[in-house]
Amino acid sequence: MSTSAKIMVDNLGRRTVKDKLFKGLVALLSVVTISPIVLIIYELVAKGIKQISFDFIIKTPPDTFEAMTALSNGELIPGGIANGITGTLLMVVLASVIAIPVGVITGIYLYENPGKFLANLTRNVSDILQGVPSIVLGLIAYMWIVKPITSGFSALAGSVSLSIMMLPMIVRSTEETLKMIPQTIKEAALALGVPYYKVILRVLIPTSFSGLLTGILLGISRVLGETAPLMLTALGSTIINLDITKPTSAVPLLIWEFYNDPNMVDLIWSSSLFLMAMVLTLNLVSKRIVARTK
Amino acid sequence: MNDNLVKIKDPVLSIRDLCVSYDKGKNAVDNVSADIKRNAVTAIMGPSGCGKSTMLRAINRMHELYENIETTGNLILNGKDIADMPTIQLRRKVGMVFQRPNPFPTMSIYDNVIAGFKLNGIRLKKNERNEIVERSLTDVTLWDEVKDTLHKKGSFLSGGQQQRLCIARALAFSPEVILLDEPTSALDPVATSKVEDLMVKLKENYSILMVTHNMSQAARISDYSMFMYLGELVEYGKTKDMFTNPKDRRTEEYLTGKFG
Repeated sequence: MSTSAKIMVDNLGRRTVKDKLFKGLVALLSVVTISPIVLIIYELVAKGIKQISFDFIIKTPPDTFEAMTALSNGELIPGGIANGITGTLLMVVLASVIAIPVGVITGIYLYENPGKFLANLTRNVSDILQGVPSIVLGLIAYMWIVKPITSGFSALAGSVSLSIMMLPMIVRSTEETLKMIPQTIKEAALALGVPYYKVILRVLIPTSFSGLLTGILLGISRVLGETAPLMLTALGSTIINLDITKPTSAVPLLIWEFYNDPNMVDLIWSSSLFLMAMVLTLNLVSKRIVARTK
Repeated sequence: MNDNLVKIKDPVLSIRDLCVSYDKGKNAVDNVSADIKRNAVTAIMGPSGCGKSTMLRAINRMHELYENIETTGNLILNGKDIADMPTIQLRRKVGMVFQRPNPFPTMSIYDNVIAGFKLNGIRLKKNERNEIVERSLTDVTLWDEVKDTLHKKGSFLSGGQQQRLCIARALAFSPEVILLDEPTSALDPVATSKVEDLMVKLKENYSILMVTHNMSQAARISDYSMFMYLGELVEYGKTKDMFTNPKDRRTEEYLTGKFG
């Protein structure tokens, strides 16, 4: 046996142990990464599930007195978060209606004109926009919409602040998804004499549809839980409101309100569980879409 | 360059003094004049960067997608100058097939064939559509292979089938000329020979202009050959003559593998 072969054999035991240790470490760190989400879900379910019922979805929150009475009798707190659910849906839909067309069109522009000055500027500004604290966006929507347009807190103002938050995510995901389409697909369409705008609408967008949808869903799930900008714009409401010019509640706003009322503590957990379930569902759905179309 | 002008009666396409430049002063295609024979396969050969793809793309004005492109000279397609046609109309008369098969991934085989009509918003009756799909797929000898899976996505096909599907897509408009840019360079030998057989068959009804890196392919299937070098059309003539008795020293050196 040659010397080098001998060294290798001598070494083998130690190297195997090292390899196993490293594999174990990697697995351990992965567990550390996933444990917060597992613990969060466990905590929310443990504390919040008892309040979840059909009433929780279709009724508005109780007043302090009702909640106090129920608590002292050892009963569940009556009522639910219907005003928050409808308000969140109303504002998120409106925010999407504003942000999706603007974001997708901007993303297409960035993809089509990669080197242009305006495109680079837009891309950088959009990145900066992503870093603007959400409360500042709320403040801006307050100045733009609440004071001059709806002369009071309104769902519209809330939607505008949320749409500004969604915009950079949609712009970026649109640009990135379009970049992944092979150039040859675009050429194929142009070579068939298809006019440019139809190449974009009928070929590029359908081809990148799953990517676009994923970006949009992630953008929505990002703003679903936003609280700070809504405090300055939508304010909140104790009744179900579908008028976009009136103050409106939202699930995260309700969580904040429940936190400020010692009698409503149990509702914090159930509302958080509900919000978390919505966000998780959106995330899982977008992951499924990506997996299915790959 | 006019000594290169091979006498061809009733050409489908006449190239006259064509210059294309990407940078000012440097011509990627340099003063090329040639007539392209109707119902024949014409091969364009030459080393990488000799301007053959640029010239091909100038014929359906796909080269205009690049920035700062400048074109002078004339391209006459069946008596009409292509510069006077809107690109949208021109590209329906000049079909193009690319190096890599590029069927539309979101569309079925059926929709891929009639994509040119669908995307352009040209309405057809159902039986007209069926007829075009069957005719085009039969022309590319793909019909028997896919007739039961017409509504499945085109991306499920093999590479060679995809390329024939792309040719069928170009044929659907019954174009006056078909341009092929190294159509077999991404295919395996079996698929390549199928596409080659196909081109020989297609020339009965179509005029074919093909860029190729593969000299033996040009020798096998083309009727006329061009040899381009550094943007210049060095030699143009019947393929048989060029391969057996090249007139220019550069052509001879290229064909015998001394450079390229």
